[in-house]
Amino acid sequence: MSWLTVTYACLFYAATAMFVFGVGFRIYSYARTPAPLKIPTTPAPLTPAGAGFRVAREVVLFESLFKSNKWIWLFGAMFHFGLLLVLLRHLRYFTEPVWTWVVLLQPFGKYASFLMVGGLAGLWARRFLVPRIRYISTPSDHLMLVLLLGIGLSGMSMDFVSHTDIISLKEFALGLVYFDWQPLPADPPLLVHLFLVATLLAIFPISKLLHAPGVFFSPTRNQADNAREQQHVTPWAPKLEP
Amino acid sequence: MAQAKFEVPKLKPYPVIPVLKENAMAEVKSFPANAGIQQALGFPGELPEDWHDVAIAKMGELLDKYRSFRVYMDTCVHCGACTDKCHYFLGTSDPNNMPVARQDLLRKVYRRYFTFAGKYFPKLVGAEDLTRDVLDQWYTYFHQCSECRRCSVFCPYGIDTAEVTMAAREILDTVSVGTKYTNEIIGKVHKIGNNLGLPGPALEDTLTGLEEDIKADTGVDVRLPIDVKGAEVLLITPSADFFAEPHVDSLIGYAKVFHQAGISWTLSSHASEAGNFGLFIGNYEQMRKVAMRIREAALDLGVKRIVVGECGHAWRVAYSFWNTLIGPLDFLDKRYPWPQHVCEVTWDLIQRGALTLDKEANDHRIITFHDSCNVARASRMGNMPGGQFFIPRAIIKSVANHFHDMAPDTIEEKTFCCGGGGGLLTDDLMEVRVKGALPRMEALKQVVDDHGVNFMALICAICKSQFTKVVPYYGFDMSMIGGVHQLVSTAIQLGTKQ
Repeated sequence: MSWLTVTYACLFYAATAMFVFGVGFRIYSYARTPAPLKIPTTPAPLTPAGAGFRVAREVVLFESLFKSNKWIWLFGAMFHFGLLLVLLRHLRYFTEPVWTWVVLLQPFGKYASFLMVGGLAGLWARRFLVPRIRYISTPSDHLMLVLLLGIGLSGMSMDFVSHTDIISLKEFALGLVYFDWQPLPADPPLLVHLFLVATLLAIFPISKLLHAPGVFFSPTRNQADNAREQQHVTPWAPKLEP
Repeated sequence: MAQAKFEVPKLKPYPVIPVLKENAMAEVKSFPANAGIQQALGFPGELPEDWHDVAIAKMGELLDKYRSFRVYMDTCVHCGACTDKCHYFLGTSDPNNMPVARQDLLRKVYRRYFTFAGKYFPKLVGAEDLTRDVLDQWYTYFHQCSECRRCSVFCPYGIDTAEVTMAAREILDTVSVGTKYTNEIIGKVHKIGNNLGLPGPALEDTLTGLEEDIKADTGVDVRLPIDVKGAEVLLITPSADFFAEPHVDSLIGYAKVFHQAGISWTLSSHASEAGNFGLFIGNYEQMRKVAMRIREAALDLGVKRIVVGECGHAWRVAYSFWNTLIGPLDFLDKRYPWPQHVCEVTWDLIQRGALTLDKEANDHRIITFHDSCNVARASRMGNMPGGQFFIPRAIIKSVANHFHDMAPDTIEEKTFCCGGGGGLLTDDLMEVRVKGALPRMEALKQVVDDHGVNFMALICAICKSQFTKVVPYYGFDMSMIGGVHQLVSTAIQLGTKQ
């Protein structure tokens, strides 16, 4: 077993652990923290099911962002939708035999990478071109986009520029899943791609990528507008004196 | 036109996002509260020696008590969707008045003390130590936010700057830093029962005077009762309604509606205030204590219904928080088991044909309606989402013939704040108030030019006070501001029905 394989295998186990436990802890901390008052941004759905649907629209359609700014919506949607297809396509490296729907998705997943990278480029351009957004951007905002662009471009290069040894890669990936390590092909674009992905996993729980779990816990979106009908009391609230 | 010590923005024919002017508003600050005012609310009178640790500990406490605060500190991605949505930014060009930048004033400290990245790589993520300068910056810019929630409508994660501003003000108060305006008023409510500090006898005099005015005007004996045990309805209204113009015309309107519908009602000298400035400073205990007077008054007077007058943030507290803070209100009539807005009552009566209204009496008015932020984005009326937009407009259209809405991006859930909400309605912040009113003034100008609008109806005491003071800076006459029930008052034909 080469030191490269061992290094990358360990890297992925560590990054995955950080991702799972880190994000898990953040979700736990959000869930544990009480929401003492009803604060849905109205008009809001009157039932919890309606509020769930509202959150779903935020997650799938970016409804509020659409109201707000069509350019950010467009680039954001391109990136996230592209990323979703790309990620689903990647399931083929972790399943044997590959599920039929993943096979059918293959061409879409492949070209979705252009959507993803195009969206990222648009979002990054705004950080330079729009003075308001330039003002609020921190170095980490830029680096996050660099990281994601790096992942996208290194991945695309292995498909559209020079192919990597995909058979061996899949054996390596399956080996990680089943704890039966197989050699990793020493192909530079692949090594870059995998290293950046591991970095992304590791920093997810300590970065603004927490917007992904956060959106589900936003009280202005996930609360139903039923404050008059149903009493809402939090454990730390003082009780009425009898 | 009113004289200003600062440059009043020009009204443009269409909205323009301003070019950033850093620190444009850095020196505009509200008068700080003195030690006496702060101590009366249980806050320290002067900055404690260990203020830094106290403030950070308070931030930690709030992170554990408020999910909104915790999630909103983590979730922002700096996408920029909110950057052109705040009326204070649009009016002042100060980048710290962009919602995201305002939040970041707090978030940079959160990052420094509560996150891994901020502890070890502060420069990378824009984290900063809490210093006196930062505290000062908080005081300035968290009092240039009216907690109107317009930004939260547009945020892809629903981040509500109002929640962040409230947390910041709460932290400031725990280290003795508060504004004179807001905190003095809260003290007055605890002591006397209303924001203006009007004692019971003065209130009775005022109400008797109003009864005489109505009699002289209409020839009808319309009563404005106070502290009447056994009345059906307890009316909780902002104390400005008792004497300020044009507020008082709406109070007369409520009285006429109750009179014609034959509903027995009363005010309370113990709870003579709908407003609850505890909301503005984000302090749960203060908000609860102010609200508790209303529960006490309702029980004491033995009323069956509670109705809330025209006041935006008061309606938010009544609608969204009373059940939590002072509920359950299970002693109320089962047909009206929760607080109602006076517009809900009036609209219900109109639909049932219980009011005789002469729309032509308002024919000299061409009317538009300003949605007040707390009613629009933090509450509801009626039984459907958006009833808070429909019902006031439906009332106006039932009592008047000429109505025109302002531009769609400036009404309903996208309404612009009047510029004076959230505890900023004080003369020391006049520059913030005038500039913050700009987007609303531009929308108003448009309907004035296009439709000859000469009356802007509202249902908020703060909006009324703010606009009457601020519209002259933009060349409008203050008499064009008034309440929805002022219009009802004009149209209602007393003596025709009992």
